[in-house]
Amino acid sequence: MATTTAAKPSTGTRRASGELTDQQREEYWRYNIKLTTVLLVIWFVVTFLISGLWASWLNQWTIIGFPLGYYMAAQGSLAIFVIEIAVYAYLMNKKDEEYGIREEG
Amino acid sequence: MSLDKIFGLYTIMFLAITVLIGIGERLGLFSNQMIGWLFMALSLAIYVVIGVLTRTSNPDQYYVAGRNVPAFYNGMATGSDWMSAASFISMAGALSVQGFSGLAYVMGWTGGYLLLAVFLGPYLRQFGAYTIPDFLGARYGGNTARVIGVVAAIACSLMYLIAQVTGVGFIVARFIGIDFNVGVFLGLIGVLFCSVLGGMKSVTWTQVAQYIILIISYLVPVVYLSWQIFSIPIPELTYGQLLQRNNAAAIAVTRDAKEKETRALWKAEADAANAKIKTGGLSEAEVDKLKAEAAQATRQATAPAASDDAKFGRYLTVPTGTGMWNFLALTFCLMVGTAGLPHILTRYYTSPSVRQARTTCAWALLCIFMLYFTAPAYAAFARFALYTRLVGTKISELPSWVNLWKPAGLFDVVDKNGDGIVQWADFVLKSSDFVVLATPEIAGLPFVITGLVMAGGLAAALSTADGLLLTIANAISHDLYYNVIDPSASLVKRLTITKVLLVVTAIVAAWISTYRLSLIVELVAWAFSLAGASFFPALVMGIWWKRANAIGANVGMLVGLGVTLFYMIGSRFFGMSWWGTQTIASAIFGLPAGFLTIWIVSLLTAPPPQSVQDLVVSVRYPKSGQGTKGDPLGRDLQEAPAH
Repeated sequence: MATTTAAKPSTGTRRASGELTDQQREEYWRYNIKLTTVLLVIWFVVTFLISGLWASWLNQWTIIGFPLGYYMAAQGSLAIFVIEIAVYAYLMNKKDEEYGIREEG
Repeated sequence: MSLDKIFGLYTIMFLAITVLIGIGERLGLFSNQMIGWLFMALSLAIYVVIGVLTRTSNPDQYYVAGRNVPAFYNGMATGSDWMSAASFISMAGALSVQGFSGLAYVMGWTGGYLLLAVFLGPYLRQFGAYTIPDFLGARYGGNTARVIGVVAAIACSLMYLIAQVTGVGFIVARFIGIDFNVGVFLGLIGVLFCSVLGGMKSVTWTQVAQYIILIISYLVPVVYLSWQIFSIPIPELTYGQLLQRNNAAAIAVTRDAKEKETRALWKAEADAANAKIKTGGLSEAEVDKLKAEAAQATRQATAPAASDDAKFGRYLTVPTGTGMWNFLALTFCLMVGTAGLPHILTRYYTSPSVRQARTTCAWALLCIFMLYFTAPAYAAFARFALYTRLVGTKISELPSWVNLWKPAGLFDVVDKNGDGIVQWADFVLKSSDFVVLATPEIAGLPFVITGLVMAGGLAAALSTADGLLLTIANAISHDLYYNVIDPSASLVKRLTITKVLLVVTAIVAAWISTYRLSLIVELVAWAFSLAGASFFPALVMGIWWKRANAIGANVGMLVGLGVTLFYMIGSRFFGMSWWGTQTIASAIFGLPAGFLTIWIVSLLTAPPPQSVQDLVVSVRYPKSGQGTKGDPLGRDLQEAPAH
């Protein structure tokens, strides 16, 4: 739920941001960018290389009946996406708490 | 009563009623048509009741469900908002025809959620407005960005909405046997009851209810089929075995002498049709008819494996060259399109906090994953049924599901070489939609399960229609009317306009859908490229790059849209081709053009004002300055208590 009290004077400057110092804000944001980059690299490799360009080569192996390339495109990549988002939510929410900007609700 | 209890009870009740209808069928009380009616009436009644119970005229409730939808439920709502009639009915069928290439849909429509989760969702929540054009308007200060956003949102959503309404009409007409047009209007009653009475609040809770119906009905038939064949009720695990068996069957079919004979006959038919076209002197209608015949015959003449000694049939073969380029390009376009569709983005505004917005995205993808990772299993089971239970049977003793579904015109079985036996090439596929629709009968399940699948398809179509309808109505009433035309309009007036627009938009969509234009299906696929090329660059740059300014974003959105539309129309109607790229992957050109334009034009012009740059910084940190309730300009907060 909203943490600020109801009626706010319209627009103007929005400088106040929690009680973070400039250095903390810098650190927090850098962590976010690092995490985002790692997740996107995995996303790219899984989607366009493993399930795309390399799929034909991977098909020489079989896992519970599935040719591996097909498996990665039909199931493996999907499962990895789910895990990636869950990890992102978990780590960022933990970071919020660490920096004291975790929202209730 | 807690939400968990309410929806737990609801699920049990729904299952109990399904079982009761099943018992009724066993006792011979209900005909198939009556079962169709019962499921239709039951689901519409559920949606209407939720609509009435959650009615509201508080703006925060009406536009963003009071921003208090817990992550798990918001995930389910996003899931059914997202999964449309196409996902439910058509995707598995498309996979069964396209094999590996079709997996672009499965990956694209799930992988997009990662982009949404890390680039947009939580930040939009921290910004906390009502609509996506709201964000564009505040970030790129002024009405130009807002209006471009409104136009793009309506363009994507309306096409999509018409397809859902058409889907409702088809489902109702097929299962209950009433007229298509009557079916469309019956479905609309269900949609309108929710959205008019309670806006986003009603739509959210209805979508949760619809998700439960659609996921149960999607899983039941294929789980049962897996149990029947392998004694393991997890189709996602067992269909690997089927891929192997299907592949062996595909190679056997390719080598079989009788099959070769049948294929040669089809080939001859295709050649004859083509020769007739060449001789000329025919009317345009005749040429079109011959072309269609030739295409059909050519498909029938194509063996399921490329050669007699191939290791994999076409189904498992990974495309190469242009095929691979199109596979990758389409996957990418579907992903950015997923992350750019306004009716999905709006759902993040309904989260109570940034924290829950992040979790919502995880739940949403899990809910969607449940269906998408089962879809390839449907495809494999359907092919297995064709290879083992149809190919090789006598033409006079076709399996019962074939006889049951043949009159629907989705497929035909002919005896091309007149040997009285069904060959693979004798199965003439007209619409792959039969895969999901006929699976209950293929598995030998009672008709009540077919009724359940109908209810699921209806839930999928109606839930998406709900979300789209609201997006369109809000774009016009909130963004165009309130923010651009008459900023002093009272709350009552705005909500009244929204409600009127909901009804009008629904009627327009229904009216267009009664023409049953074949182009509609194609246009839906276009919506992804359009959304990806217009919204995605402007939103991502707006959140991640302080320096992006109004003129850059406006020109960028127009260039993204323009390039995409140019290639779409050029490649669809005028034979244009850049590296053989298919029409639905047009955003592969429009999206980079959009990003580049925003970047270059922003750098060439003055940076945005300090207040906007501060706004960009504030959306990075939860709990920071920006008021997280209601209208971003705080106007509603003074008005709200009066209502």
